[in-house]
Amino acid sequence: MNLEKVLFAFFTILALTLNFGFFVGDVDNPAHHNAYELFAALVVSLVATIMKFGDRAHIGALLLATSLVADLQLITAALIWGSTLYVMEQQLTPGITASIVSLSGGALLANLISVLLLVVETVTFRR
Amino acid sequence: MNNVIYLMLRRMRLPLILLVLTYAVSILGLTLIPGADDQGNPWRMDFFHAIYFVSFLGSTIGFGEIPYPFTGAQRMWTTFVIYAAVISWLYAIGSLLTLIQDPGLRRVLALSAFTRQVRSLPKQFFIVCGYGDAGSWLVHELTERGMYCVVVDQDRDNILSLEVEDLHTDVPGLQGDATESGTLISAGLKHHLCRGVICLTGSDDSNLEIAITSKLLAPEVAVFCQSDYSDSAANMLSFGTDHIIDPFGIFASRFSLMFHAPSMYLVYEWMTAVHNAPLSELKTPPPGTWVLCGYGRFGKSVHEHLALKGIKTRLIEADVQATTAPEGTIAGRGTEAGTLLEADIQFAAGVIAGTDDDANNLSILITARDLNPNLFTVGRQNLRSKDEIFKAARIDLTMQPSVITAQQILSLILAPLLDDFLRLASEQTEEWANLLVSRVAGVVEDVAPTLWELEVSPLHMPTVFDCLIRSEEVRIEHLCADPRNRPDRLPVVPLLLKRDTGNLLLPAIDTQLRGGDQLLLCGREEARAHVDHIMHDHRALHYTRTGIDRPSGTMWRWLMRGRT
Repeated sequence: MNLEKVLFAFFTILALTLNFGFFVGDVDNPAHHNAYELFAALVVSLVATIMKFGDRAHIGALLLATSLVADLQLITAALIWGSTLYVMEQQLTPGITASIVSLSGGALLANLISVLLLVVETVTFRR
Repeated sequence: MNNVIYLMLRRMRLPLILLVLTYAVSILGLTLIPGADDQGNPWRMDFFHAIYFVSFLGSTIGFGEIPYPFTGAQRMWTTFVIYAAVISWLYAIGSLLTLIQDPGLRRVLALSAFTRQVRSLPKQFFIVCGYGDAGSWLVHELTERGMYCVVVDQDRDNILSLEVEDLHTDVPGLQGDATESGTLISAGLKHHLCRGVICLTGSDDSNLEIAITSKLLAPEVAVFCQSDYSDSAANMLSFGTDHIIDPFGIFASRFSLMFHAPSMYLVYEWMTAVHNAPLSELKTPPPGTWVLCGYGRFGKSVHEHLALKGIKTRLIEADVQATTAPEGTIAGRGTEAGTLLEADIQFAAGVIAGTDDDANNLSILITARDLNPNLFTVGRQNLRSKDEIFKAARIDLTMQPSVITAQQILSLILAPLLDDFLRLASEQTEEWANLLVSRVAGVVEDVAPTLWELEVSPLHMPTVFDCLIRSEEVRIEHLCADPRNRPDRLPVVPLLLKRDTGNLLLPAIDTQLRGGDQLLLCGREEARAHVDHIMHDHRALHYTRTGIDRPSGTMWRWLMRGRT
């Protein structure tokens, strides 16, 4: 067992699960989507990205790319949320909620690909 | 370059993760801790303000407690955040600085910068392995002529001195082991503009290794190799090293020429002299018995050549056994009067100090001159840094191995025909050499002649080639006439004409040129520009051929029609 591999897989899968946790629920209902969950998903996704830095293998490059996509989607979602509340100073409308949640849905897809790649790498790994 | 980015990213993983986690925990804490607004109602900080607060706190800017004054719990948490953020920033910046300072990374950075520089060299270049006395001299001379070089040296100090040197072209330098093929390849061995590899590392083994590597990886690249031992020279020859330079052999054979064929010696000396150097004057060493101190590589070579010319030598050597010195050799260093007297220095014609220690050589020469003021003194100067002292000692003939090597390589590069010329010249008589010397001296006055080569080809001599196509005859004298006033001759002496039917030594000036001819000329530097002009300007060639200055404008040509 390799601690680095454990942590790597842990963060990759945690990013997916937290992202999923935020995503489920009615797409336009703000009550179904918690800000803390989005925050946790974003932080874990950032950590997972940094852990993929400096891997020279081809699959490592793919993992980094999908991870960066997830970060980008989640940061955009958080920015929309923040600017709605504090820049435009209005409450979350169903339309804005829907766009935040669908952005996180895109991130979810990217995280799903990350996990799939991780599984592929593990399956093809030979001692 | 990619390697560097990967390395940096990999090493920055931990500090970056620590930074992200510190920020996350701080922000989360601020949003969870209960606070109060300006009316004292319970209030919790939202994510937006928490991120804003931690961002300016972490960078130690500190705008104060916003949007409302903090409660005690918030302040306690903020204290923790301050320390955590500062420590993680210090750790991250510290790691980055360590990374930049890392010698491994610096080497990678230097190598990638070097490779990039080599790749973008605009013209043909030479790889010089070893930037010692000979290497730096050669690089200086080559760049002075607008040629490009790449330097590889194991010694960091040498590369640093290359960086501060004021050279005419940009010379990329790398600290590395040139015997490794990877180093040579990054120095451009396989580059299509690489013309040659010059091995001047100071060690025959390293030179040999570089020569083998170059010849195997890039057979078409010329290899110039310094060699001090005859067995390694034979080894280098066996796999096709193009030019092997043995400075001791070169000096010894020229020195022995000075006794019987001083003009021949001058021919060699002048033709391989430095750019714009003052012309060396002829000093004839007196015949008689010579005292030779040091029977190393240098001593052996001189001894052998002098013996061939029938000049007797008395040998002095400190280590008679190790150098296998012949019978009758006097044991000693030669720096003390006793040993010199034992070698009958009072009756000797000259003394040669040929040890590998400059201080000893000077001491030998000065002691010997004290004992016999009429001696002809010959000194071997191993290091260029001793120039001043050797000059002050007023030695009749100074031999510098590094300069001889570098000069030889330089002339081989600048005028490959010189090799053929000197070989043919060595078969000529002293009278022939005497004539040539007076001819050259009449042309160049007081500086060493410049040598250059011409090739009769459409690219190099468009005007001459056009005439040849129209089957008009062009003779060497047409190239050597002054394009401003035809009866005057340019200060030029044609040395060799090389064509497929054979080589013509000192071709007569009425020799007709043919396509594919190669011509070696020597003369004053400014004559070269005039010859170049004739080779490229139809009017100039027409004038030197016929004496008629053809009008160049259409109008004037129309007016003058029928008169030419």
